[in-house]
Order: sequence, then C-alpha cells, then structure tokens
Amino acid sequence: MFDDLASLYQDIVLRHSRTPTHRRTLHSCNAQAQGDNPLCGDRVDVQVNFAADNSIAECAFTAKGCAISIASADMMADAVLGLHPDQVHTLHKNVLALVRTGDTIHAPENLPELRALSGVSEYKSRIKCAILPWAALIAALDGGSHATSEGLTP
Amino acid sequence: MSAALSHLTPTQLDVMAIRADFPILSQRVHNKPLVFLDSAASTQKPRAVITAMSHAMETQYANVHRGVHWMSERTTEAYEACRDAVAHLLNAGAREEIVFTRNTTEAINLVAHSFGRTMLKPGDAVVISAMEHHSNIVPWQMLRDAHGIDLRIAPITDAGDLDLIALANMLDDGKVKLVSITHMSNVLGSYTPAAKIAALAHQAGARVLFDGSQAIVHRPVDVRAIDADFYVFTGHKLYGPTGIGVLYAKRELLEAMPPFLGGGDMISSVTFEKSTWARVPHKFEAGTPAILEAIGLHAAINYVQAIGWTAITAHENALVAHASTRLATIDGLHVIGNPADRGGVFSFTMDGAHSHDIATLLDRNGIAVRAGHHCAEPLMHLLGIDSTARASFALYTTHDEIDVLADTLIRIKEFFA
Repeated sequence: MFDDLASLYQDIVLRHSRTPTHRRTLHSCNAQAQGDNPLCGDRVDVQVNFAADNSIAECAFTAKGCAISIASADMMADAVLGLHPDQVHTLHKNVLALVRTGDTIHAPENLPELRALSGVSEYKSRIKCAILPWAALIAALDGGSHATSEGLTP
Repeated sequence: MSAALSHLTPTQLDVMAIRADFPILSQRVHNKPLVFLDSAASTQKPRAVITAMSHAMETQYANVHRGVHWMSERTTEAYEACRDAVAHLLNAGAREEIVFTRNTTEAINLVAHSFGRTMLKPGDAVVISAMEHHSNIVPWQMLRDAHGIDLRIAPITDAGDLDLIALANMLDDGKVKLVSITHMSNVLGSYTPAAKIAALAHQAGARVLFDGSQAIVHRPVDVRAIDADFYVFTGHKLYGPTGIGVLYAKRELLEAMPPFLGGGDMISSVTFEKSTWARVPHKFEAGTPAILEAIGLHAAINYVQAIGWTAITAHENALVAHASTRLATIDGLHVIGNPADRGGVFSFTMDGAHSHDIATLLDRNGIAVRAGHHCAEPLMHLLGIDSTARASFALYTTHDEIDVLADTLIRIKEFFA
C-alpha cells in the first residue's frame, strides 16, 4: 500500500535515516551552524573540521527531524568529505536542483547515492526537509552560525 | 439544513446525510477517498454556506451601513442578521456585545490592545495557561513588552488538564486582572471548566477571556452561564468561511474600551481636529467588514443549530471513545494527554517515525492530518516532544474513517520498523 511512496522513501533514504553514521557531536570543530525550520520546529546542527589543505576532514550533525532530513544530513556528511568549500557550494547547487526538479542529472556521477533524494521533488512540503542540512552546512562554511528553511522552497 | 435530517430525533445524527451536505467530501486524494481528519485546523464547508455566499454575490450585494439604496440596505440587514445569529449562538445578553473581527487572533489582539493598554496598569498581571495556541500567547507577550504587565503561565496536569489549584494560587496576590485561557486545547483536546475558571477569576477581581476556537465547534456555549467577560472564536472552524471571527464582550467593557483600529464605519463624526466614535459594536469594526463572510457564517450557524448540540455532542463522544480504543491498541503509538474531558482531537507520536513522515504516509492513503507543533511550541517543549501528528474530528467524521486511520497507522509502524 505504500508502493507509490517508494520514490520518497527509497531504501537508501530509509537506511540513512535509521542508522545514520555521522549523527554525533564533535568534541571540537572549525565551523558549525544551526538550521531551523520555523514552520515545523525541525532543527539540525552541522559541525565541520577542515584538513590542512582546507578540505572537509570531518562532518557531523545532530538533528530533530523527519526521516528525509536525517537521511539527507547523513548523505551530505558522506558526500562532502574531502571537498573544498567551493566544491561544496557547487554540490549544494546541484542538490537543490535535484530535489526541486527530481532530475537525477543533477546528481554527480561519483555520488550515486544522492540520486535517492530525487523523489523528494514530488512532495513540495518536504523539499525543505531535505535541504535544511545543506543550508546549515553552507552557513557554517560561509562563517555564519544560523540558517533557516524560510525561502528555501518556492 | 438538509432535508435528510428532518426525520431524526435531536439525539441522532445521520452522518451519511451530513456528509452529503459537504461537496468536498466526495473528492479523492492520491486516488483514495478523502479522509479529512484536520478539522481542528479548519473545517470543510456545507453546501448551505457555499450557496449563501454565492447567492448573495449573485442577487443581493453592496457595501453596508452607507448606502440609502435598496442593495445596500438589504446587504446591511444580512450582515447584521449574522450578529443576531452569533448573539443567539452564544446566548449573549445583547447583539451589541458581538464584534466581528478577522479571526480569533485578531479578536485577542483587539482585547490585548484596547482593554490591555487602558484597563491594565504596569505591574498588573495576565494569566494564560501552558496549553495555549500562539494566538493566546504572543499578544500578551507584546503587551508585556510594551506596557509592563506581568505574564503568568498556569500549569497543566500530567493528564493534560488545566491545574485549577495552581491557577487559584496564581490569583492569590490580587495582581491578576485578566485570565485568558483556552476553552478546549487544540493539541490535547482537553476542555477547560470555563464556569469554574470564571468564578475563580472574578473572585480575585480579574476579568476572564476564553479562546473558544475549538470548543465552539463541539459544544453549546453560553457566555452568560459561564459568566465570560470575553469569548472569542473564528468562523472557519465552525464550518463557515475564513476571514471572519467573533469577539463577544460584556457591554460595559466594550463601552469603556477605546477603538482598536481607526477608519471608516467606526466613527460618529470626523473633523481634522477630532473624531468621535460610533456606538458599540461599530466602534470596533473599522473599514468595510467581511460582509460575504458574515453571510456565510450565519448560514454555518443555522446549519449547526438545525442539527442540534445534543446530536453533535453525542456523535463526537462516540468518535472520541472509538478513537481512544483503536489508538490505544497500536503498539508504539503514544496519544498525548489523557484529559478528564476530551473533545475530538488526538495528538500522537509513534516510536521510530517522525510526525512529518507519518503525515506524508497517511496523505498518500488519502488521510489528511496535521503534523508539527500545532502553533503551540511552548506546550511541545513542556511535553518534551518536538512535534506530533494530530487527527481531529468534525460533524462529518465517521467511525470507518477512524478505522482507516488506525489500520494505516499500523502499516506505517511496520514500514518504519
């Protein structure tokens, strides 16, 4: 009976939401920011540590939120490892396009897991769940401390 | 009212006949029959309301209280007839005690501004409860910050009832001048004992306001029996249109309170030096009011009253009993609160599933529920939860729909297990 939900809750999404590997608090970090969805009360805190070459060495998050936001945060923490901030910005734009259009062409070939987020595009009210962790990460990289989902969806 | 109801005694409610009065209920969502369990947010509209509004636009419409022409006079009559209907619904002492606002929120803001800034002094206190909607929290915080009043929060019990003993203690020092409390929680479904609260408040020299947004839909409200000083509700939860709400206030209060908004319709005379105010209730209705919405609200009140409160209350009690039984048997599902007197509202959480995921999965099966903090964030913090899913019932809710909800929740539990 949930067959038509398979696009939203793909196995990869469910796996990341049930057993996220990056959901923890770092003892110390180089940058961090909080993302809030004021409409539904969801919150995600993202922490980052940089390597000597300024690439991301470690990305962790804590969150209260739905399966989509937890899975998206965990997949994001996987995807950005080893990337420089400018590369993260590019990837962020791709993820936004992916969840808004549902077109998997926006998922980089070396990060096939991200394609699992394409189904979110069919659920307008859930797009902000998927991109809230990214908004928090971008805020952290840009020296900010806070991001909100307001304005993230049309 | 629908002809199908006329053969029924006042205690019976023919839910299938009622459903036939609501055109939207035959819609399908995601190719499933619509199961609308979000009536606490807004109810669907019976054909009587839809037709009354479109009929007015097609046959009898102009601005009110101004024209000397036929159309304006008839429209004024129709608009003012809604005031009579609301006065009758609430058993108000006089029609002048009914002020039309945009919604409950605006009605409370009117009281906070007009009563709050003139009849409360800095250092006076206002009491609200821990289970208020944001609409009965934020206006008082704004009054506190602008005017220096003290804002006190009456606690609720673990079961989700207002703690009357704590409330009484809060009134002890004589500083409280207004008690502003929900008549039924939009999250927990708890009714509050309005007459008792009013008696406690009056004993302590305080006025009392009830937020009747939820209660007005489910039970008869008698403002004089309660001895409410203010009673507020919104039309769109009572099967009427959006854009119209009601403030009931005792006449002596309305006479003493200054206007809230200034403009046309609320004046007696205007010169550049000075304006004088119209009589109550028009003093509080600046600008062209929600004319068509008043006509719609009147039709909604007629519709509800024709069915009768005995039947409505019996139907709701049966739904609450059925939902309590069904939801209690679902392993891992937690209904929030167990109030002594619950209306048709159930908030719940489920182990392993966030309320948004629950709501999305229910939606794909045609079931509309609300997910989130329900505009009651402080209550959520108090309960130690971030959000809940909420199923809420109305006249047109059936036992079968509650079964569909419960069966689907069981499958959702398995889905996320």
